[in-house]
Amino acid sequence: MGLTLAEKILSQRVGREVRAGQIIVCDVDVALTQDGTGPLAVRQLEKIGMEKAARPESTILFIDHAAPSPRKELSNDHMLLRSFAEKTGCRLSDVGEGVCHQIVAEDYAAPGKVIIGADSHTCMAGALAAFATGMGSTDVAMGMALGKTWFRVPETIRIEVNGELPVGVYAKDLILHLVGLLGADGATYKALEFAGETIAAMPMWERLTLANMAVEAGAKVGLIASDAVTQEYLTAQGRPEDYKPLAADSDANYERVIIIDAAKLEPTLAAPHTVDNTYPVTELVGTAIDQVFIGSCTNGRLEDLAIVASIMSGKHVAAKVRCIVVPASRKVFLEALRLDYIETLVEAGAIVLAPGCGPCVGVHEGILGDGEVSLNTSNRNFQGRLGNPQGSIYLGSPAVAAASALTGVITDPREVLGYAAYR
Amino acid sequence: MQLTGNAWKFGDNISTDHIAPGRLFHLRSNLPELAKHVLEDADPEFAARVAPGDFVVGGTNFGLGSSREHAPTIIKLAGVSAVLAKSFARIFFRNAINVGLPVLICDTDQIAAGDRLQIDLGTGTIHNLTQGRILQAPPLPDVMIRLLADGGLAAHVAKHGDLVVE
Repeated sequence: MGLTLAEKILSQRVGREVRAGQIIVCDVDVALTQDGTGPLAVRQLEKIGMEKAARPESTILFIDHAAPSPRKELSNDHMLLRSFAEKTGCRLSDVGEGVCHQIVAEDYAAPGKVIIGADSHTCMAGALAAFATGMGSTDVAMGMALGKTWFRVPETIRIEVNGELPVGVYAKDLILHLVGLLGADGATYKALEFAGETIAAMPMWERLTLANMAVEAGAKVGLIASDAVTQEYLTAQGRPEDYKPLAADSDANYERVIIIDAAKLEPTLAAPHTVDNTYPVTELVGTAIDQVFIGSCTNGRLEDLAIVASIMSGKHVAAKVRCIVVPASRKVFLEALRLDYIETLVEAGAIVLAPGCGPCVGVHEGILGDGEVSLNTSNRNFQGRLGNPQGSIYLGSPAVAAASALTGVITDPREVLGYAAYR
Repeated sequence: MQLTGNAWKFGDNISTDHIAPGRLFHLRSNLPELAKHVLEDADPEFAARVAPGDFVVGGTNFGLGSSREHAPTIIKLAGVSAVLAKSFARIFFRNAINVGLPVLICDTDQIAAGDRLQIDLGTGTIHNLTQGRILQAPPLPDVMIRLLADGGLAAHVAKHGDLVVE
């Protein structure tokens, strides 16, 4: 019996064959925290007198969740992280650099690496065949200091996607559809392994969206085999030497195989207040919105902004809608400036903010009023997520978000003129 | 170890945003203050009325969402002695063990709000004193029993200077 991708990565990393269900101690290649979880991690290490990192060059303290800081308490947290980085030689990714997971994809993730992060969407790096998972502050703190952590090798659900995604349908629609199918706890403790001809043909910016939201079905990791697309992406990031081919064995043992026909998918949204509460856009068309948030680790990449710019070009955001756009990283922001996407968006009435998590976590930059509704391209719509338990959040693709920002109601992007130009 | 207290019932899919909301992000370095708001967005009266030793009783997928360890930490700080649920989200479950908050999986439909419970952590037996029922939680994995016995993950590493769980 062969190995799943999860079993293969972990087997290679520990130097012996390991199988689903086994408890292993495994070396950690990349460890990260963000400003919501880093201060607690730092304090845990202070408490036990282990203020050090086993691999400081690949231990990164990100400041992205409340960046720039909206409050003195958070400014003080940021100071603590900066001083810890200085003391230990760990990397600091300060205000304005962007969302941790986007920067991990750009600068650190590679096939076969083991990545732990004190942020649940750390699983995004699985798009590059890295075993990447979210943990709490103490787990990551100990992983930073010791250079290792423990895992239960997960069982795997294989998601096989075949056929061509229709015009106007993206990886975001596919993953929302899948979370709806599996349920918010349908893959708890498991690995998701995305495969099939649709995934093989899928560009990296969309693979990252898929892997990012694996945790929304409860999964530990969301993995994709590395291939020419991975190699091309790593080369474009200036790291061609980080590539290696890594795939599951053809006779691997899967707990379950789910087969999806991409050609039958429609633009899909999650309605309040859980990610598995999904509907095709046609069932939600006309729902009034007050705000649109385009950005986050899920959908704040250059190609996402290209879609949005192509839809909004020469048009204007609806009078009563606030359209907030946050590029996922400084690199994305710069490219979007060079390609005039930012000018297009600002002319269309969008509010463009500094790279980071933006309003996604409900700290700042777009808190909802009582009874208000936002349509986000991010990954969670839990009650209170945008800073107000009296607000409601829908999740959708950048195309749905852009089309809806123009009309002020949830709109099917397939109906928007000029749209087909992008894909 | 025997725990006795009253049950506070919550529904399915109680997220870390219900437990420790993002709008209180600035209190994450002030856990006693954050604990005054624990579970506020699921039950605004809970934090003020919970008594030391009481139990949080959820449905399926308790603790889904963010990796914030502050969530189990402030449940513990509020005086809650254990969380019972039909199932837990992965990161929350691991975080709870790391911070020394007992978590038990059982059929929580057999528990009503306000029921008096007595729990034997050693055996995982839950005695619903109000309804006269006995529920049984499956044992924790060995690795977690070892971490709990050392007082949580940080204490384990402080004690052994290493991770000793294989």
